[in-house]
Amino acid sequence: MHVERLEPSTDILKESERVMRICNACRYCEGLCAVFPAMERRRTFTGKDLKYLANLCHNCRGCYYACQYAPPHEFALNIPKTFAELRLETYREFTWPGFLAGLFQRNGFKVSLITVLSVALVVLLTFSLKGVSGVFSVYQGENAFYRVIPYLLIVIPVSALGLYILAALLAAAVRFWRETGGQLSELFDPIANGQAVWDALRLKYLDGGGYGCNYPDERFSMARRWYHHFMFYGFMLCLASTTVAAVYHHFLNWNAPYPFWSWPVVLGTVGGLALLLGTGGLFYLKRRMDTEPAAPTAFPMDVGLLVVLFLTSLTGLLLLVLRDTPAMGALLAVHLGLVVGFFITLPYGKFVHAVYRYAALVRNALEESGEEH
Amino acid sequence: MKSDHKETVDLTQTFDVLVIGGGNAALCAAMTAREAGASVLVLESAPRHFRGGNSRHTRNLRYLHESGNDFLTGPYPEDEFWDDLLRVTGGQTDEPLARLTIRESNDVGKWMEEHGCHFQPPLRGTLHLGRTNAHFLGGGKALMNAYYVTAHRLGVEVLYDAEVHDLKMNDGEFSSAGFRSNGDSRTVRAKTVVVASGGFQANLSWLKEYWGEAVDNFIIRGSPYDKGQVLRVLLDRGVKPVGDPRQCHAIALDARAPKFDAGIVSRLDSVSFGIMVNKHANRFYDEGEDFWPKRYAIWGRLVAHQPDQIAYSIIDSKSIDLFMPSVFPPIEADSIKDLAVKLELDPSALEETVTRFNQSIGPGTFDYSILDDCETVGLEIPKSHWARPLDTPPIYGYPLRPGITFTYYGVTVNERARVIMENNQPSPNIFAAGEIMSGNILGKGYLAGFGMTIGTVWGRIAGKEAAGYACGAA
Ligand SMILES: Cc1cc2nc3c(=O)[nH]c(=O)nc-3n(C[C@H](O)[C@H](O)[C@H](O)COP(=O)(O)OP(=O)(O)OC[C@H]3O[C@@H](n4cnc5c(N)ncnc54)[C@H](O)[C@@H]3O)c2cc1C
Ligand code: SF4
Ligand code: SF4
Repeated sequence: MHVERLEPSTDILKESERVMRICNACRYCEGLCAVFPAMERRRTFTGKDLKYLANLCHNCRGCYYACQYAPPHEFALNIPKTFAELRLETYREFTWPGFLAGLFQRNGFKVSLITVLSVALVVLLTFSLKGVSGVFSVYQGENAFYRVIPYLLIVIPVSALGLYILAALLAAAVRFWRETGGQLSELFDPIANGQAVWDALRLKYLDGGGYGCNYPDERFSMARRWYHHFMFYGFMLCLASTTVAAVYHHFLNWNAPYPFWSWPVVLGTVGGLALLLGTGGLFYLKRRMDTEPAAPTAFPMDVGLLVVLFLTSLTGLLLLVLRDTPAMGALLAVHLGLVVGFFITLPYGKFVHAVYRYAALVRNALEESGEEH
Repeated sequence: MKSDHKETVDLTQTFDVLVIGGGNAALCAAMTAREAGASVLVLESAPRHFRGGNSRHTRNLRYLHESGNDFLTGPYPEDEFWDDLLRVTGGQTDEPLARLTIRESNDVGKWMEEHGCHFQPPLRGTLHLGRTNAHFLGGGKALMNAYYVTAHRLGVEVLYDAEVHDLKMNDGEFSSAGFRSNGDSRTVRAKTVVVASGGFQANLSWLKEYWGEAVDNFIIRGSPYDKGQVLRVLLDRGVKPVGDPRQCHAIALDARAPKFDAGIVSRLDSVSFGIMVNKHANRFYDEGEDFWPKRYAIWGRLVAHQPDQIAYSIIDSKSIDLFMPSVFPPIEADSIKDLAVKLELDPSALEETVTRFNQSIGPGTFDYSILDDCETVGLEIPKSHWARPLDTPPIYGYPLRPGITFTYYGVTVNERARVIMENNQPSPNIFAAGEIMSGNILGKGYLAGFGMTIGTVWGRIAGKEAAGYACGAA
């Protein structure tokens, strides 16, 4: 099958080049984030440079409000918007497999549709397995969940999807790396990765030079950084909860559901609550944000991921609370359906920003260390 | 994003302090007066998006400090500051006012931070200012944004699109101001007024009084709203002027820049790496006289005196990467002749100029970090340093025009920022701060970062004095 590679549209690249050329003659924003020092290492900007810089941008908006050339000035500089648009193009360009790049068009709609279909599918399967009365029965004690949906029927598809996701994300990272001009070995440079992990875990570049981003409006605020932390670490705790549960199941022969004060439940509960707070907070900020520095095309994509994550953690928490009631079966089906939908769309939605941003941070760390020599 | 100011202001009241202008000096005055308990109205002629005058184009300010801090690499004591000022003004300064400015700037960075300013370490392009000047994180517009937020929080009222065109004055005493707002004429009464409306550099017809039609070829680097109406009114009503009306700070900048408001990015740092020629392809001044930061501000005037107020900086590929990147790409050619054609210069004239220049260069070791020994021999217009033959294509050219930063002409003030009338008496309730009175201190010349110092120091003095007068008189 011949697959047409989607090159970023030249209009956006041209605009990005124009913007960087103006900034490089100004440099007032040098202290705001990593993009400007990276820009200053260059005198001219090729497509490769621009795709890298766009993904290094954390979209904190500091440079929009600080810019004396922001619209309606005739230079009409709007870096957060321009780079958000270019990022979207790079997501399409580097997606693996390439023929799925179209999913990034009208992404919010497609993500919602796939998620709804996944939920419907799992719910239907569950009902056809158990019948209506079977689904709405009360299940208690060891293996309660798996009496609704058999263990292997959960674990095999979800694990397969998990492996697929890892492969797709890695392939995307490698493509990005190659296309932005890097040796593959550099991507795995331990020191640069250490630096990038440290930058990513702190969300260093959402701190706007120490005072927070200009989000949702002109004032400096750490709100977005905090909510993002809640979401990120909530997500990590949920992952940890699942991992611990898998260990219990396979190695200790101790099967779900676990008691309230067990590691999987505590981790999952704290993580789920953090996810709710994080995604809810980010959604709230997004509703209130100044839309001038935003790329309209990115909005549905961003919201899509927030909603899916929110619903997944909400149903997960409900499942915990209501697991001894007749609602458990249906909730389990909906929750699993959401997890499946989230997994399927993960490499084809907002989530991928983490991959490219991380790779860009690795490159930034490499460039910074090269400079010190 | 109108959340930080009211659309309407009750104009039936009499404000304690009326501040005219919306740049650095104006906001420093407004915040200070409000903190002293005065009711304050700011009238800014620009719309909200373009608020902040020339201050929105700045990047740093210079202030007295006895020791370095997170943003300043070392101390900058009073004597050194004063010597610097004396040197650039050639003594054309009012010493008591200048000394007051310097002293009052002592550690002013702290006050600025308390009012929302964020600093950053010196920019890479301005390391030579790292000890003396503190750089605003994100530049002057970010500073103005922060000040507006703080002013709003303190309860200062602000009207945008409000251009003051008249002041009611009686014997040097102010009573009300007339301004235009969205097409309507309005009046506001106040017990005192602080005039902080900047210079008149954006008033082309006023500039033409001194420079004639050449002004059509000038570029105004900053705000198109600094037209000097209020300066004109004050002078017409008997306030004593200060400074030479012909003087202005002017640099040579990229001729392709828009007429107004291109700010910092249109500047060009290529001059000392090559030659400068006029439209007849002749050189007209020593491009390597001294380090660029010490010389960039003479080239505006030099170009203004060339025919059609245009000049061309010509360099070759040896130098293209040695200076700050330009916002407009250089015009590029494979030979001097081709470049001349592209620049619409006489090709043989340019070739001759370059050949003579190239042949006059003696041996030397190029080093841009020092006043090196690469100089021309035997040219009537020498190039004293960094002279290297233009012989390595591609050859690059940039067209340059005079770019006006600000004017010096203003109103005379005393040490309490009160304007002085022609009869040498201070006005009881008219105060001035910033560019409009900077001529008292800077008779000529300029120190990088000193414009913001003057605005901050005198804005604070004017705000305090105005509030004191208004509230004391109440
Ligand atoms: C590109 C550039 C870079 C610069 N960089 C620096 C720097 O790094 N450091 C430094 O110290 N200086 C710098 N300067 C100089 C500096 O900008 C000025 O010295 C300083 O901003 C003057 O402040 P001000 O408040 O007096 O005037 P402005 O900031 O110009 O403010 C004047 C205000 O008055 C308003 N106004 C004018 N007329 C009226 C009217 N009739 N009614 C109501 N409002 C009116 C204007 O809209 C404006 O808001 C730079 C200048 C330029 C052009
Ligand atoms: S965003 Fe504007 S202020 Fe910031 S570096 Fe670019 S041009 Fe300068
Ligand atoms: S939006 Fe923020 S992160 Fe992006 S370039 Fe501007 S300052 Fe940097």
